[in-house]
Amino acid sequence: MDAVDVAAVLVDNINEGHVVIDVKGAVKQYGEGAASIYALAGVDLQIRAGEYVAIMGPSGSGKSTLMNIMGALDNMSAGSYFLDGIEVSSMDENALSVVRGRKIGFIFQSFNLIPRTTALANVELPLAYQGIKSAERKKRAMAALKVVGLEDRITHEPTELSGGQQQRVAVARALATRPALLLADEPTGALDSKSTEDLLDLFDQINHAGRTVVVITHEADVAARAKRILRMRDGKIISDTINPSRMVSA
Amino acid sequence: MNVFEIIRFALRGLTINRLRTFLTTLGIMIGVSSVIILTAVGNGSSKAVQDSLDRLGTNSIQVRSGNLSFGPRARAVSNNTTPLTILDTVALNDPKQVPSVKQSAPVANANATCVNGSSTSTPSTFSGTWPAYFEASNTKVAKGNYFTTDDVDQGRRLAVIGTTTATELFGTDNPINQVIKCSGIPFTVIGVTEVKGSTGFQDGDSLFIAPITAVENSITGYQPLSSIIVEAKSSKLTDQAQAEIQTVLDARHHVKSSSSRDYRLFNQASLLATSSSSSKVFTVLLAAVAGISLLVGGIGITNIMLVTVIERTREIGIRKAIGAPKGVILSQFLIEATILSLVGGALGVIGGFIGSHFTIVGVKPVIMPSSVFLAFGVSVLIGLFFGSYPASRAASLRPIEALRHE
Repeated sequence: MDAVDVAAVLVDNINEGHVVIDVKGAVKQYGEGAASIYALAGVDLQIRAGEYVAIMGPSGSGKSTLMNIMGALDNMSAGSYFLDGIEVSSMDENALSVVRGRKIGFIFQSFNLIPRTTALANVELPLAYQGIKSAERKKRAMAALKVVGLEDRITHEPTELSGGQQQRVAVARALATRPALLLADEPTGALDSKSTEDLLDLFDQINHAGRTVVVITHEADVAARAKRILRMRDGKIISDTINPSRMVSA
Repeated sequence: MNVFEIIRFALRGLTINRLRTFLTTLGIMIGVSSVIILTAVGNGSSKAVQDSLDRLGTNSIQVRSGNLSFGPRARAVSNNTTPLTILDTVALNDPKQVPSVKQSAPVANANATCVNGSSTSTPSTFSGTWPAYFEASNTKVAKGNYFTTDDVDQGRRLAVIGTTTATELFGTDNPINQVIKCSGIPFTVIGVTEVKGSTGFQDGDSLFIAPITAVENSITGYQPLSSIIVEAKSSKLTDQAQAEIQTVLDARHHVKSSSSRDYRLFNQASLLATSSSSSKVFTVLLAAVAGISLLVGGIGITNIMLVTVIERTREIGIRKAIGAPKGVILSQFLIEATILSLVGGALGVIGGFIGSHFTIVGVKPVIMPSSVFLAFGVSVLIGLFFGSYPASRAASLRPIEALRHE
């Protein structure tokens, strides 16, 4: 495993300073007429490459909906969304699967590893869907697992790994495709405090190398690691602040 | 993403729940093998009937006493029956009256047990007749000789026996020129017939044929004939010969209308046609039953694939979230279903071949090659057809919905 591979996992495909996420007038509506509920009631958001953003808010504030739209997992009722300069809101299913695979690395609260499948195979999977050849795939997956510090656990299946380790496999899987954007939905929600610390250190490292990270959380100490904090309520962004403590440390 | 990788995914999917995979495969296997075995049984039974009728000879016509009516009148009619006699046989040998007939022979049947030392045998056919019988009934002597017209005239107690009778009485010894006692009367064996095989319910080789004079003299006494066997000049002339026989016998028996005939004609060709059409119906019925079981197996695949899709909805969501294209998900589940039916079909073909080696309800199955291809082809199509619905359902799931599935 040469150092170039490991570095590539962290810094490849990074275009410092340009707009990675550009959401304009995002509306997500459930139901029709008087009974309709707005999960998103007009959200405008820009995130530039290299940013580390935390989105906070109580449950029902629309933060997960926003996350799913940014991750191309869900569609909007109205508005537009450009990811890395490409309009996602009008894409068909096949183009969307390419975007999900190449532009976005998703990390879930419940890890969402494929059961009965080794850590290595899990990390290789998005690369396989991109059509990358087996040897190259394995090399890149190994590099990603090395970044998260699990190179000695590659043959373990999810049930043989601790929660923290599983989440790190998920991070490796998200990183393996060298995405423009790392999206994490309550990534520490199922972890103990030690694992939470380790994961947040990992996010710091990833972001420090230049990759854009967006984390959804309702925990203040998780949000405290981010450089920019968004607060949401009732489907709207109510505050957008630079994290002063991080400004000092950085 | 190449095909082999998708196949690898599909195989992984199948190994997750081995018992379920095995049971689904078993369903298809039973369907396919039952199609093969049941059509083979149908085919085998119709072949067996056809072979035995072929051996009897398609040129021969049997004349038997009696009439086709059943119920209360049947007895009254049979009381008025004019028995078949040697003179009838003589008339049926007259080329002027019956030009399409080659020859006719009288048959007098008896029930007799034959003894050679301590060995006994009761031939299922024990007949006294004329030498013409052999040709008319397609009976050939393999070892020794036929008896002659002179033997009949002289009433010599000679016998031609079938292979079963020969084995029962003599084991492996040569029966020619040996003397056996039938109903206490000594007969000299002069010939053993060729192996005929079973004619449906009767062993065609449990046979004893002697000059009619000898049988009547010593065993049955002078009774009406059991039947007359008539050989037409060719199989094409059997219908014509039959008409001529009716004309002659109607005149001799004073029959006024065809419904009051006191004899019946049995034509091997018509028997053959009837039996082959009835065995065709039999085969079709068996195939239909087997086809239903194949269909049930196919529905089993759909059911299992639906359960699998529902059970793995979340996994499908994860795969889509990390960039699995719709086509790959579709192919994976379609290939899973196809592997199930392919393996089940292949095992079913093997099972069908093995099962067809055994004799089933007295029938030696004969595999129809078309049934093998049909059953295998249908099972694979069933996999594709019944697998495509769950597969497209899986592939069309929106990732966010699939991920929320618990």
